[in-house]
Amino acid sequence: MSVEAPERTDRAVFPSEIEYRGQLARRRRKASAFQFFCLAMLSIAVLALATLLYTITNDSFGLVATVNENDPQDIVAELGYDPEVTSLQDVSYDELVGLLETTVSSGVGRRLEREQRFYEDRLVFEDDGTWAEICVSDAPPTGCTSAPRDHSNVFALVQERVVVPDVIASNQLIPSLLEQDAFMQEVAAAFEADRFPDYTIDQVTIEWRAWFNPTFLATPQNSTPEVAGIRTAILGSAWLVLITILFAVPVGVGAAIYLVEYAKPSRLNDFLHTNINNLAGVPSIIYGMLGLAIFVRVFEPFTSGAIFTDGVPPSDNGRTIIAAGLTLGLLTLPVVIISSQEALKAVPDSLRHAGLALGATRWQTVRSQILPVALPGILTGTILAVARAIGETAPLILVGAASFITTDPTGPFSKFTALPIQIFQWTSFPQQEFHNIAAAASVALLLLLLTLNAVAVILRNRYSRRAE
Amino acid sequence: MTNETSTETRIDDVIEESMMTEPQSPGRLLPEAVDPPGVIETKSMNVYYGDFLAVADVSLNFGRNEISALIGPSGCGKSTVLRSLNRMNDLVPTARTEGEVHYHGENIYADGVDPVEVRRTIGMVFQKPNPFPKSIFDNIAWGAKINGFRGSKAELERLVQEALGAAALWDEVKDKLSDSGYSLSGGQQQRLCIARAIATTPDVILMDEPCSALDPIATLRIEELMLELKENYSIIIVTHNMQQAARVSDRTAFFNVKLDESGMRTGRLVEYSPTDQLFTSPTEKDTEDYITGRFG
Repeated sequence: MSVEAPERTDRAVFPSEIEYRGQLARRRRKASAFQFFCLAMLSIAVLALATLLYTITNDSFGLVATVNENDPQDIVAELGYDPEVTSLQDVSYDELVGLLETTVSSGVGRRLEREQRFYEDRLVFEDDGTWAEICVSDAPPTGCTSAPRDHSNVFALVQERVVVPDVIASNQLIPSLLEQDAFMQEVAAAFEADRFPDYTIDQVTIEWRAWFNPTFLATPQNSTPEVAGIRTAILGSAWLVLITILFAVPVGVGAAIYLVEYAKPSRLNDFLHTNINNLAGVPSIIYGMLGLAIFVRVFEPFTSGAIFTDGVPPSDNGRTIIAAGLTLGLLTLPVVIISSQEALKAVPDSLRHAGLALGATRWQTVRSQILPVALPGILTGTILAVARAIGETAPLILVGAASFITTDPTGPFSKFTALPIQIFQWTSFPQQEFHNIAAAASVALLLLLLTLNAVAVILRNRYSRRAE
Repeated sequence: MTNETSTETRIDDVIEESMMTEPQSPGRLLPEAVDPPGVIETKSMNVYYGDFLAVADVSLNFGRNEISALIGPSGCGKSTVLRSLNRMNDLVPTARTEGEVHYHGENIYADGVDPVEVRRTIGMVFQKPNPFPKSIFDNIAWGAKINGFRGSKAELERLVQEALGAAALWDEVKDKLSDSGYSLSGGQQQRLCIARAIATTPDVILMDEPCSALDPIATLRIEELMLELKENYSIIIVTHNMQQAARVSDRTAFFNVKLDESGMRTGRLVEYSPTDQLFTSPTEKDTEDYITGRFG
């Protein structure tokens, strides 16, 4: 400043030019330090996510050393086909059943037939008399009523029972890519040390294996990791999502509409609001306990499906999909209410006034003007809440998801398993192969979540474009 | 029509009087003497927000097929009065209205009166244009539909055209009826809101500072529109703009804030007269101070 100001108190209150410059430098340093700090935090977050993805994919793909008890090519040759042209999967249904008949013990065969029969019109392992007898008993096996097996089902059985592939060693993705030879040497060393006395090294095939593959998605659970799949779990999770949405969305959105559009401010209203917020923070295992006490025990006649059938209930207790779905719905409910409330509150009051000033009732205004504008927000919040519910494990363990079940759920009153339960169970086994399929199941779960989130984004974009 | 001509002649008389001769008795045309009887009449109306008395003792008689303006400094309660006339104040949870508001002789605050029905016949246009996030067509058609419009699709289209025509918007939007209401300019949006109010066939249209968010040209268009509309509707307008009140209104009510003994700022009606009279020879000192710009 060239003009000298007359004596003013400002002089003392504000720093001099030089002081100010010094302060400015300090402020700049502070600002850039803070910026760096935030960047560092962001890096940590990204690193954590990357590690998560790395761990999962690393176990889902990689080299494996497999030994087949019976070589599929030999089997095909024995059946009279050219192994160069025909693979085991191409042979007929009857021939596959024949292979089972000659290979598995009669006890195992009878068990398989009772699970699900091979032919509509004739029995393979059981004799007609016994079959008729067990089918009229008090607890007839599922094979008495269900449809016969199909080709892919029997092929899976042949793989499991006749070919019997045994993964004797598996490697992770990154080592498989970088040090392929190291894995082969490891396998060779294991044979030299005589760790696999039943096989010779010539029988070993080293191949690339994606544990996460279409067959894995389409095959039911199995106690052998090489042939186990997650179809049962995926279907179970899908049913749970459906019931969760059917319960949580109408109830949650309805409650939110009442709270935002109808309820007058009152102490009761504040109390409700606070408590809904608190409920959103309640640990999921507590919802599991609630589900066990209410849905599984108290509502057992309903959740087991007994009240819908005169005779035999679909399930002998309440540990069914509907009980678990309602529990997850309850868990999701507070979040749905809160996010719907936020979405409704974000709609400007001017729209409400515009509707009401035209002589519309509150419901007409909400239905035609408020909800369409709030819908993207409601959908996003709801889908994210449901996505969280899919990954919940603790409440499902409590309400009794089956950890080993090979039959697909047929309705809301079926026994079930779900993806997180399956992952939880497989990771608790010591064998490396189970960890591989657990990782592959995690990939499936993550893909499911990504799909749901993508749906949320697409819906939000579509509806918010329409609202403009 | 006859009403209007009679009003005009009367205003001419008033102007002549005020120009040519000394006003002999300034209180000669007080609201009590309004003829014909008004469309809406408030009787000793008090409006409270919680315990706070926002406006006290308002007795006004709004004339049929007239434009009545409510003016006054900020916080004098003119918008509150306006919103009480079609029970929009009910939407404020703490609001409470005492006294009576008569619409065609019937108290709209009586027990058993449904505010939905009141708002259908007493429409409202707001300060900020607030079209629905829908097409121009749907903006107009929705009000008719929710009020039980039973006509054919062609009749609905004609209604939309008539409403847009009455709001002097038809020519500008007739080729883009399916465009969003938000695609229009501010002034067009406000005329869309007026058209929307007209489409439900109201009797009275309340306007709460309808031009305060608009530029002078858009303001002029709305003012011209109001003058056209008063042939068929009674209009009550709140405005901050005294020139606007002087330009368009037939009658003006001036509100002012008064401090009571406990220091509460309560709005009160100071003066209600034909507009020319209020602006040329106000009877109250406060009114004169306000319109000459000495405060407010």
